[in-house]
Amino acid sequence: MIEATHLQKNFGPVEAVRNVTLRARDGCITGLLGPNGAGKSTTLRILYTVLVPDSGDALIDGTSAVREPLAARRLMGVLPHGAGVYPNLTARENILYFGALHGLERRERQARAAELIQLLEMEEFADRIAKGFSQGQRVKTALARALVHRPPNVLLDEPTNGLDVMAVRTLRRLLGRLRDEGHCVLFSSHVMQEVGALCDAVVVIAHGTVVASGTPEELRERTGAGNLEDAFVRLIGTTEGLE
Amino acid sequence: MHAILSVFRKEFRENLRDRRTVISALIFGPLFSPLLFGAALSLSIERGTADSDRPVVLAVSHAERAPNLLAFLRQYRVTIEPVQYDDSAARAAVHEHRRALVLVVTDDFGARLAAGEPASLLLYADSSDAPGSRDVGRVTTLLGQYGSLLARLRMAARGIDPLVLSPLVVQDIDVSTPASRSVLALGALSYLVLLTTLMGGMYLAIDATAGERERGSLEPLLTVPVRREHLIFGKILATCAYMTLSLVLTVTAFAVVLRFLGLERFGMSVNFGPLVALQVVLCCLPLVPAGAALMTIVAAFTRSYREAQTYLGLVLLIPTLPLVFAGVLGLRPAASLMAVPSLGQHFLITSLLRDEPVPAPYVAISILATLVLGALLILVAGRLYQREALLG
Repeated sequence: MIEATHLQKNFGPVEAVRNVTLRARDGCITGLLGPNGAGKSTTLRILYTVLVPDSGDALIDGTSAVREPLAARRLMGVLPHGAGVYPNLTARENILYFGALHGLERRERQARAAELIQLLEMEEFADRIAKGFSQGQRVKTALARALVHRPPNVLLDEPTNGLDVMAVRTLRRLLGRLRDEGHCVLFSSHVMQEVGALCDAVVVIAHGTVVASGTPEELRERTGAGNLEDAFVRLIGTTEGLE
Repeated sequence: MHAILSVFRKEFRENLRDRRTVISALIFGPLFSPLLFGAALSLSIERGTADSDRPVVLAVSHAERAPNLLAFLRQYRVTIEPVQYDDSAARAAVHEHRRALVLVVTDDFGARLAAGEPASLLLYADSSDAPGSRDVGRVTTLLGQYGSLLARLRMAARGIDPLVLSPLVVQDIDVSTPASRSVLALGALSYLVLLTTLMGGMYLAIDATAGERERGSLEPLLTVPVRREHLIFGKILATCAYMTLSLVLTVTAFAVVLRFLGLERFGMSVNFGPLVALQVVLCCLPLVPAGAALMTIVAAFTRSYREAQTYLGLVLLIPTLPLVFAGVLGLRPAASLMAVPSLGQHFLITSLLRDEPVPAPYVAISILATLVLGALLILVAGRLYQREALLG
């Protein structure tokens, strides 16, 4: 469970995030939808403790990401934007490294890496050096790395960027599975179709602030729009930066 | 501590697979710099030896006018080539490099000499031509000696003691030992050792900071439950390991190259056995953490791999600055100077090679001061990694 209250973050004169309050429940996929530059990444970065907000707080299963970042990080698996992997390590070594940094014992992290490699259908390239990986292979590696410590909460920043259709299907299947296992999944996207297809709950964000949130049905009802796409357009006021 | 070691192991292993890091840290620096150094040194020694022994070839016009002078020159291994030149022919011959030196004996030479008047000789040389100008010094000295010989003979003939012409006797007494003479030539050695040690860690320092950010792997790394300063400590530790490897390889290669060079043949002995090599490594080792932390700090400030490379190229020059100042100002080891990192190491290496005893307090000051600087820089690097701007 992720609960953010009144998050505020300025970069110099720019208000990147204004009074953002949102909630992502366990057993749900929550989508953070907004045009590029709306403040999605900054919000996520505050949640996964890489940025410190100027004010407000975020609780990860009750642990403050602001005051106890180390403890909060144990409760989260994170796939940041454009997640880079180490080019001179194999996919498996990339996963094992993060397992070690999460404090897993050697045998435990090896077993977990093998499990994730099977789950994400990575057997074919698991023991190859990551240098020549396709975008899909890189994202799978980064995702396995993020899940190595069995985090109850999973945060993903634009995870489908640059993925081919097959890789997107695998990713969707995995997110669905995480939800069914009771995880809290929060991901950002500027692709309306994707959010509509995947999410149990949507938080619409524009100009650094939350303009609406609820289930897709609630959003349709509230805006009186016939479909989700029209609902988003009415909420944000434009389709600029959306797909 | 566990996390620091995990980071260290991963950086060490990953960079071992990076051809650029391996070539620069473990092959290019440690092997090529001693080889180049050895080649340059042996070339300069051989030229130096050759100069004093090489017979000088002197073209003499109208040699028949000064038979005694030529006999004198031949005694001093000057090879005489008789020619017939007038002034313009002599100029042309030297100018066109057909002759390095031409001596023209004037037509009234014999007559003036017999009359006890100054007799003239014309020596043509090209001062812009390096080999010719070296020989001109020797020939001028020999002619001067001949002249003073004649003067002494004339005075003796007039009943005056020739010693009145020598009010001063100056003797050069060279107290340099073979070992200390070779240190002049080996002055660049400590510089090269420090430089290759730094180069050994340079690519890892860049890869672990600017490279990590450019690849986009820094942000995921910052989401693991490890304090940021522990991440950077692990990276600095890995940089230290590569620098240490580079240092050991470089010093070993220097010891081997200098042994093969056979400096003893040239009257120089290099005190560079296995024990001295080990001592050189030990006195340079304290510089490793300071260098690693400094390079990490600079690389962490830059925005890209390329920018980091540019700035670290400049950082490589920093440890050479004290050496340059020491050279220009002619500094000698002193307690206060031993505290200057890289200068202290330079003095220690030089003393070891000269086979001179080093006061124990000097060694202690150098090691302690450098280690303290390293610790401070590591703390600064840790603080820098706390900044949000790190993500760029």
